[in-house]
Amino acid sequence: MPELLPFLTMGFYFGGTLLFLLYLWHRSDVIAKISLVATGLGFFSHTSALIMALVSTGHIPIMTFKDAMSFFAWGLVLVFLVVGLKRGLAVLGAFILPLAFLSLVSATLAPQSSGTIAPVFQAVWVHVTLSILGTIGFAVAFVAGLMYVMQERLLKSKQFNVLSFKLPPLDFLDSLNQRSILFGFPLLTLGILTGAVSAQLTIGSYLSWNSEQIWALITWFFYFAVLMGRVTAGWRAKKAAYLTIVGFAGVILTFVGILIKSPQPMSPL
Amino acid sequence: MNIIVLGLNHRTASVELRELLAIQDSRMGEALGRLMAYSGIKEAMYLGTCNRVEVYAVVENGEWGFRQLEDFLVSTHFSLSSEDLLPHLYRYSEDEAIAHLFRVSASLDSMVVGEPQVLGQVKEAYELALTHRSSGVILNKVVKKAISVGKSVRTNTRIGEYAVSVSYAAVELAKKVFSNLKQRVVLLVGAGEMGKLAAQHLVNQGVKEVLITNRNHHRAFALAERFHGQAVPYEQLRSTLPKVDIVICATGAPHYVITKDDIEMAVYHRMNRPMFLIDITVPRNIDPAVKDVDNAYVFDIDDLKAHVGHNQEERLKEAETAESMVREEVGSMVAWVRGLEATPTIVALRKKAEEIKRGELEKVFGRLGELSPKERAAIEGLASAIVNKLLHGPVVTLKSEAQSQNGFAFIEAARRFFELREREIHSEEVQNLEDEAGDGVSVEPLPQKDGM
Repeated sequence: MPELLPFLTMGFYFGGTLLFLLYLWHRSDVIAKISLVATGLGFFSHTSALIMALVSTGHIPIMTFKDAMSFFAWGLVLVFLVVGLKRGLAVLGAFILPLAFLSLVSATLAPQSSGTIAPVFQAVWVHVTLSILGTIGFAVAFVAGLMYVMQERLLKSKQFNVLSFKLPPLDFLDSLNQRSILFGFPLLTLGILTGAVSAQLTIGSYLSWNSEQIWALITWFFYFAVLMGRVTAGWRAKKAAYLTIVGFAGVILTFVGILIKSPQPMSPL
Repeated sequence: MNIIVLGLNHRTASVELRELLAIQDSRMGEALGRLMAYSGIKEAMYLGTCNRVEVYAVVENGEWGFRQLEDFLVSTHFSLSSEDLLPHLYRYSEDEAIAHLFRVSASLDSMVVGEPQVLGQVKEAYELALTHRSSGVILNKVVKKAISVGKSVRTNTRIGEYAVSVSYAAVELAKKVFSNLKQRVVLLVGAGEMGKLAAQHLVNQGVKEVLITNRNHHRAFALAERFHGQAVPYEQLRSTLPKVDIVICATGAPHYVITKDDIEMAVYHRMNRPMFLIDITVPRNIDPAVKDVDNAYVFDIDDLKAHVGHNQEERLKEAETAESMVREEVGSMVAWVRGLEATPTIVALRKKAEEIKRGELEKVFGRLGELSPKERAAIEGLASAIVNKLLHGPVVTLKSEAQSQNGFAFIEAARRFFELREREIHSEEVQNLEDEAGDGVSVEPLPQKDGM
């Protein structure tokens, strides 16, 4: 049974993804309800698998690239279930579920041992967990930005269709964007700091200037600029939406970088 | 016995004619009394809204009943003659009459399909009929069902979800930009009628503040009072723009009152916080080039109309679902009404008694074992005698009372006492009726006008 859970999870997320995408163009609420149920079931089996791993090994499984992506997907779906159900925004699922599903797929495609980190010190665990949580924040900001750009274009071109009816108001998307970055940024900051500490402990240097570290720092500065720009230069609304889309592309590049650098064990940031 | 409706609506008659036939609530008692005084009318209800005047009645004979109702409508107003009125009237009877009432109540027959008022108006009409005792067993059941069908269409379809007036469309579009209008500041420029309507809709949504500006400052003050807002001198229009989230422009000016530069400056000072602008006049008062300013969303009257048109399409799609819901309900209602005849009720009663007798006899014979034919005949005779004597009274009463004023009440009572359901009375007819009802309900085209 436990070995079936990943397939169940993927199956449900895949079903949820397809149904949510269908829901975007269809006016029936029934589809949204079915896809919510599929997502809920997927989340349940996903959580069960995580708990089983937690019980058998004593820690959350995040030390391989595969596990990290799976944990990332889990967090995304959790955010969707919380925000989507609280605000009655099933449409969010049409954007978050595909992302969660794709991360699971990329996890399966990656070689089993790729990106494995040797968990020498407790700080490494903390570092990886915080970095993934931070990335979830940026992913949600990316989704909010994407929805913002779509709704913005529909409004500017004065197209009133099912999609414009379902997408949330612009100011909600802008504030979701801002809050997600405000959630992700401190976590990424702490993640980088703990990474530096564990690097000091393992290889005796805070920073070894490898490509992931450079990308992580670029990402950090980028989101720092986005946050500051909002307050000082009015980088909000449309500009913020585009910036977070670009920023997340950077995050994905970092991930791809980690993946390509496998199979040798990855050094902590 | 027949349920009929005679009436006219926005499609068949002008508003002038409909006005003449309107009866005030205070005079409804007299009107319904007059209606019930016609021979052959057993129950009646008058439904008057701004788009329709309809009289529903339960009559013994359909043709005769229509003539009585025509006479009633013609005599409603002294200036009316039957030549004026007859060409505008529509007549439905039996299943078509029930289907019509259900469609009216579900807002499928309204000028603006899906508008919410008509359901309340049907309720009021029914309450008046109850008060003045013109409603009886049949109308009670049929109208109550119509009201519940209307409610269920509202809750189970999205027929009422889309704005179909231009001024309300402004609110709906504003909600695509701002999730909560309660924190928003509205600026009304000018005093055009449509602008005031749109502003009123926004005020009803509970916006935080309304600012009003007008070339004529006195008018601005008057409007400010009406909307509990604040008048702003016209010269300060430009400097006020950065403070407002929503601008409604409805001046009579033949030129642009708000230019692209104005909005660019405003959005800049707002640090890119979005602005929503409605230009509700022709010629336009907001430079259309404003659409190229980032984070400013401008809609003119044509855009609003396009939005309304789209919404009407959505409503019509929902109306298809509603039509099929109505059809289903009409089928079972018609079966119930048909069951209210004396003969089928008596037949069903006898059949039920016969079944009970057979069942009990078989049980007794089984227990007693070997019986001589004579003994069997005696027991069977006893059972038949009891059944027949017990049924004699109810059957005679049903036959004699069926023709009286309260006939349906007797039949309905008999059906409840003896637990006879519609299906038992007309089991094979029901299916046919439901099929017929499907064809009976016609979908009429929706007029593109607003109002109710």
